[in-house]
Amino acid sequence: MTARLAFEDVGKSFPGVVALDGVSFTVAAGEVRALVGENGAGKSTLLKILSGQYQPDRGTLAIDGVACRFDRPRAAQDAGVAIIHQELQLVPDLSVAENLLLGTLPARGGWIRHAELQQRARAVLARLGEAIDPATPVRSLSIGQRQMVEIGRALLREARIIAFDEPTSSLSARETDRLLAIIDELRRDGAAILYVSHRMEEIYALADSATVLRDGRHVTDIAPVGPADADRIVTAMAGRAIADIYGYRARPAGAAALRAEGVTGAGLRQPVSFEVADGEILGFFGLVGAGRSELFRLLYGAAPRTGGAVTVRDEPLAAGDPRAAIAAGLGLCPEDRKDAGIIPLAAVQENIAIGWRNRRGASPWLRARAEASGARAIIDTMRVKTASPATPIATLSGGNQQKAVIGRWLMAQARILMLDEPTRGIDVGARSEIYERMYAFAEAGGAVLFASSDMAEVLGVADRIVVMREGCVAGIVPRAEASADVLMRLALPQGAAAPSFPDPSSPDRDTIPA
Amino acid sequence: MTPSSLLSRAGPLLALFVLVALLGWLVPDFLSVRNAQGLLLSVTLVGTIAATMMLVLAMREVDLSVGSTVAFAGVLAAVTINATGSVALGVVAALAGGAAVGLFNGALVAGLQVNSLIVTLATMEMVRGLAFLASGGESVAIPAQRFYALGSGGMLGIGWPIWIMAASFALFGVLLNRTVFGRNILAIGGNPEAARLAGIPITRVRITVFVLQGMVAAVAGIVLAARITSGQPNTSIGLELAVISACVLGGVSLSGGVATVAGVIVGVFIMGAAQNALNLMNVPTFYQYVVRGGILLLAVVADRLRQTGRLPALRIARQRER
Repeated sequence: MTARLAFEDVGKSFPGVVALDGVSFTVAAGEVRALVGENGAGKSTLLKILSGQYQPDRGTLAIDGVACRFDRPRAAQDAGVAIIHQELQLVPDLSVAENLLLGTLPARGGWIRHAELQQRARAVLARLGEAIDPATPVRSLSIGQRQMVEIGRALLREARIIAFDEPTSSLSARETDRLLAIIDELRRDGAAILYVSHRMEEIYALADSATVLRDGRHVTDIAPVGPADADRIVTAMAGRAIADIYGYRARPAGAAALRAEGVTGAGLRQPVSFEVADGEILGFFGLVGAGRSELFRLLYGAAPRTGGAVTVRDEPLAAGDPRAAIAAGLGLCPEDRKDAGIIPLAAVQENIAIGWRNRRGASPWLRARAEASGARAIIDTMRVKTASPATPIATLSGGNQQKAVIGRWLMAQARILMLDEPTRGIDVGARSEIYERMYAFAEAGGAVLFASSDMAEVLGVADRIVVMREGCVAGIVPRAEASADVLMRLALPQGAAAPSFPDPSSPDRDTIPA
Repeated sequence: MTPSSLLSRAGPLLALFVLVALLGWLVPDFLSVRNAQGLLLSVTLVGTIAATMMLVLAMREVDLSVGSTVAFAGVLAAVTINATGSVALGVVAALAGGAAVGLFNGALVAGLQVNSLIVTLATMEMVRGLAFLASGGESVAIPAQRFYALGSGGMLGIGWPIWIMAASFALFGVLLNRTVFGRNILAIGGNPEAARLAGIPITRVRITVFVLQGMVAAVAGIVLAARITSGQPNTSIGLELAVISACVLGGVSLSGGVATVAGVIVGVFIMGAAQNALNLMNVPTFYQYVVRGGILLLAVVADRLRQTGRLPALRIARQRER
């Protein structure tokens, strides 16, 4: 029997990064296949190839044994592919019915046939067990309901292949159960389903089989998949050489560098308090939406703090003012490098010098020579690979852009670095170099605040780990006591059954000085 | 430097040379000294304001109120000179009026984060109204010979309006390229959030740029009033579009982050030369509207093609980075 969906040796590269390297697997009709892997493993690239947003450099994608090449999203839709994205793609001000049938609105001579529209919408909502009035604007729906509309759209298009990309990341427990039941029903109706999630318990409950990706490679297939496979999956996801890329070095901690006391603001559900010392790398771990980035933005003044106090070396820090934070020695490398980190059209040198030239008390005249030599020194120490300092930064690979953004704060002589997901979407080589710079910065007496959703990375690099859960600090764990199991227990929403996670770094654990 | 990068950098300058050569060949009297002076004088209004419009556009904003500000400043100067008999007070009043318009625009755009297209569309109407109110709806004659010298006098055989335009280009060119403030404008246009997180005081920079734009429009309004010896409330309607066209023609990106003063100078002269040639050839005004619109369209399409990489970026400024 030919598989409904088959990937055969699919490869995709971007400048500086191999996103997918020879991935092959199949999904049969009536099968739910989980796609698991760490951030940057290639899951989203694979989904984008399936949806026609990207075209593979090599390899083929076949549906029912027929090789397909989708050069645009519409082609994938016409072939019966539907992707339910993390960020939903609905038009908020149109009604549920209009969203369900968008692009195929029933009409005669250009006039919409409202009766038919309502009736078809009602039918599909009934099939999903949703009691939503089809005339409601999508804007007033909950996230879970919107997801149902998106699934309804896939049903109306008679999609034969449905991919879910982290569908439960913003759903409540009840909504999650509903969704899993509906996916189960779709499976019984014969759809081929790809399910991307970091929530292992859902995968055990739902999936027939699992495909593990790591660094763009297909590591293994596990079928059937169940809780007994937890060890195998985690080992396959993380790989063996974990300690090698982190190369942790212990160092003494100095005096308190930054202290947060009862900080509140958007994205935090409880006041947050912690302290970081000179020479310390403080990790912040949590699932998507745990509030790590929000906390960083509040500390840095990128978002207005509504309460609490932040002190830097016992000096209080003004709220909501990045310039005050920078003057106090802070430097933020934001999570969203493209939207908040770099000035894309500006030269690498400009991107590096921008913090230095705007420091308090700087000359209003551009000091071209000092900037050029300062930026060159940063390019050398950070090993930014660029044709010239005058090259627009947008043409560099993600890893080199990130090194330049970190270098910006080295040039501005920051004493406290805040790195939000600094290695997301960055190849392993550049990651190691970034960790090395973090150690060097801490060894020179700086403090590093380092947020990541990559558990192995936090375990591998941080001296202490603040675990966040749903806008609260769930616990602060010293390196010696940290393990994947401990972090996961703290990070998972309360009430969810915490699966037993083995420590991904355990084989190398005793080689790490704690 | 490769020939192709030389070509892309020298693009607008080359286009200007080709246009001038072509017009010199086709249009009688185009290359005469008298006509050259007339051409220079004719672009002073657009040129003076284009220097600051360059900053506004580079910051990913736009200012549609400049035409109204020109009229308002002229009327303010005329009314004040009539009331007080003092040319200096008239100039001060006009500058203050322009600065106030700029401050109002800047405060709404930077402080309250309202879209600058809408804010300045509104102030364009309001300020035009103020110009009519201040003048009583009619042109206000200026009874001061000393004031006219600002429009008709000059130095080294070159009129003051031309000197003022040159000063505007020089001042804001230096500001853009040699000061932290200028680079911050480009950074804000390139990525406002990244600029803010890098420590740029973005609200202050934005407001300052709008105030500069208002004041420069007022300077242009004062010079215009001196040239026409009166304050005209209905002058310079649609001027903002000519200024924006010249900037875009000179390679300033409407999506911010890219601007060179040399490009803008070339853009101003391409617009002026085309207009001048149409006049010399006695092309009726109605056709001139069509041609002006066509030039603007050409400029915007070129901007779009540059963004999508189908046309090389136009940069004629020296690359300062080494």
